Order: sequence, then C-alpha cells, then structure tokens
Amino acid sequence: MPDNSAIVHGAQESATAANNANGANSAHPEQPSYLRHHFNSTEQQADTSNFAMWLFLLTEVMFFGGLFTAYLIYRNWYYPAFVAGSHQLNVIWGTLNTVVLIASSFTMAMGVWCAETRRRKGLVLSLTLTFVLGLCFLGIKSIEYREKFEKHHVPGAHYSLQSFVDPASDPEIFKEYHDKPLPLDMARHTEIYFSLYFAMTGMHALHMIIGIGILGFMIYRARAGAYTSGHVTFVENFGLYWHFVDIVWIYLFALLYLISRHQ
Amino acid sequence: MSEQTKHAEHEHHIVGPMVYVAILLALLVGTALTVWASFLELGPWNPIIALAIATAKATLVVLFFMHVKYSTKLTKLTVVAGIFTFLILVSMTLADYISRAWGSW
Repeated sequence: MPDNSAIVHGAQESATAANNANGANSAHPEQPSYLRHHFNSTEQQADTSNFAMWLFLLTEVMFFGGLFTAYLIYRNWYYPAFVAGSHQLNVIWGTLNTVVLIASSFTMAMGVWCAETRRRKGLVLSLTLTFVLGLCFLGIKSIEYREKFEKHHVPGAHYSLQSFVDPASDPEIFKEYHDKPLPLDMARHTEIYFSLYFAMTGMHALHMIIGIGILGFMIYRARAGAYTSGHVTFVENFGLYWHFVDIVWIYLFALLYLISRHQ
Repeated sequence: MSEQTKHAEHEHHIVGPMVYVAILLALLVGTALTVWASFLELGPWNPIIALAIATAKATLVVLFFMHVKYSTKLTKLTVVAGIFTFLILVSMTLADYISRAWGSW
C-alpha cells in the first residue's frame, strides 16, 4: 500500500533545485526548488506552515466561539423564544446538509492523500467532488434561507411575529410541534434567535464560499500537476481549513436544529 | 496502523484511504444517531447528548481528517492549548452572566 510510506520530498526535482537555487541552497543540491532559503529542510518548512495554519484556525475558533457563546447566553435568557424559533428549522434539510458536508470533508481528505501519493487525476477528481458538494451545501442552505424570507423570519423592518403569537396560522410547523402561542414580549425575542441564526450560518456560508473559490483555483492548478510533485503544503493546509468549516457546521447543526425539538 | 504510528515524528506521515472511509462511516453513523436522539423526549439530556455526539464527531475529524493524531508534538500542543483557552473564555463568560443576576429570578 503506497499510503504506508513516508513522502520523499521532491527527490526528482534536484535538477531544478540546483538550477534556480540561491547561494545557500547550492550547497545542498539535493534540496527541491520549493524549499525556501530560511528553512533547513522541507520537513521543517512543512511543520512550520502546519503550525501557522493551526494558529490561524485557533483565531477562527475564537471568532465562531464568540457567536456560539452569544447563542448560549441568549438561549438561556429567552428560552421559549429560542425553542419556538428553532422549530421553524427543517431537520431534514439540516441532516441532508450535514451528510453533504461530511461527504465533502471525506473527498477533501482523499484529495490530500492523492496529492501526497502524487496521483494527479485522483487529486483533480477529489477537488472537483469537494467543489460540487460545497455548492450542493450552499444550494440547500439557500432553499432554507428563501423560506425564511417568504415567512418574514429575516430580522429587520419586515420581521413577522405571526408564527409565534399565533402558531396555528403556520400549519406545517404547528402539526409537528403543537407550540403554544408566545406572549408578545417573548415572541419579539424570536428575532434575536433568527439574528443569531443568520449570523452563524451566514458566517459559515461565507467560509464555504471562500473555500469553494480557493477550490476552483486549486483544481485549475492541480490539472497542470501543481501539487503532485512533492510540494503538497497548500492542499494540506486548505484541507485543514475545509475540515474546520465542517466542524463548525457539526456544532451549528446540533445547536440550531436539534437541541430544542421537544420542550 | 501499528506500523504507521512507529514512524519518527519528523517523517511526513500519510493517512490512507481506508482510515478516511472508516471515519466517513463513523461520522455518518454519528449523524444518524444524533438526529434519532433528537426525536426522543429526554428533557435536559437532549442538548447534552447532541453536544456529546457533536464533540465525538469533531474529535474524529480533528484526529484523522486533520491528521492531528499523526502530527508533531508542537501541533498537538497548539490544538489542545487552543481548545483549552476557548473553554476557559466560554466558561468564564457564562459564569459571569449566570452569577450577575444571582437571586433575582
């Protein structure tokens, strides 16, 4: 199995390295051309960029963490409003999107493996599948957003409390949950639920859009063989980003869709 | 697997497709499980179970898809330190909000 072997970092590229190396590199003609002069070895270079990518992801953890914390605090304060608000979300769409995103994480992981084992066609296929699954996720999300717009559940001047002060007027939701009408002051706080819903899923979707853009760039470069000649750092670090976005969704799915289905 | 983990820290480790397929299946089972659990009437246990399953899924993603299980000690320490700091910030913030209106509910 090729996957059990360690990478030999770009041994084939020694000729190019010798050609375009600077003074420091010419002393080590066996080093590949992508080794920057301020690193001792490709291993050190790879470890350093992996470390830096994780530091970036930690800032992302803190960023989404602030939104999650706000959600937890407001959910405790305005619990009935948050329960009624989350009853408006469709568990089937949410589950489908979770499966789509997990599948895209799998295809991305396979892409990293293809790059590491120098399989150009496999890499292009994996990245393309990840790209398509990412678009599927956004498509399903836009169906859900559209429904929120139609029911005037988007916070702002046109926000409607009708589903919450008179649940029976919203028969599709009512027949599943049989919610009691909320008093007006509590019903108003459903707007906070939807503000956080759009802030959290919107920031997540923005990360998906940025990721899909970078995937398009990577597919273009991978077709020319960019990541399958030993220098796999970009694919690996993008993989970390994509998996991180997957983890954020795993928690969003639990917090927004699942935890308030009863009560 | 056992042969893989014996590699020296500085050798670049490649995680193979079989590991990824196994994690994919585990994540799908976890998703099915958490959706099924959300249909049960478990009172305060509903959010606890949902977050526990989400954390288990996230741990699998971090360890295998993100290769942390096979990464350098520096990367492992960075991840653990980050999660630890995050939990401190969340718990201190929640402690403040919970205790500020103490007795007035």
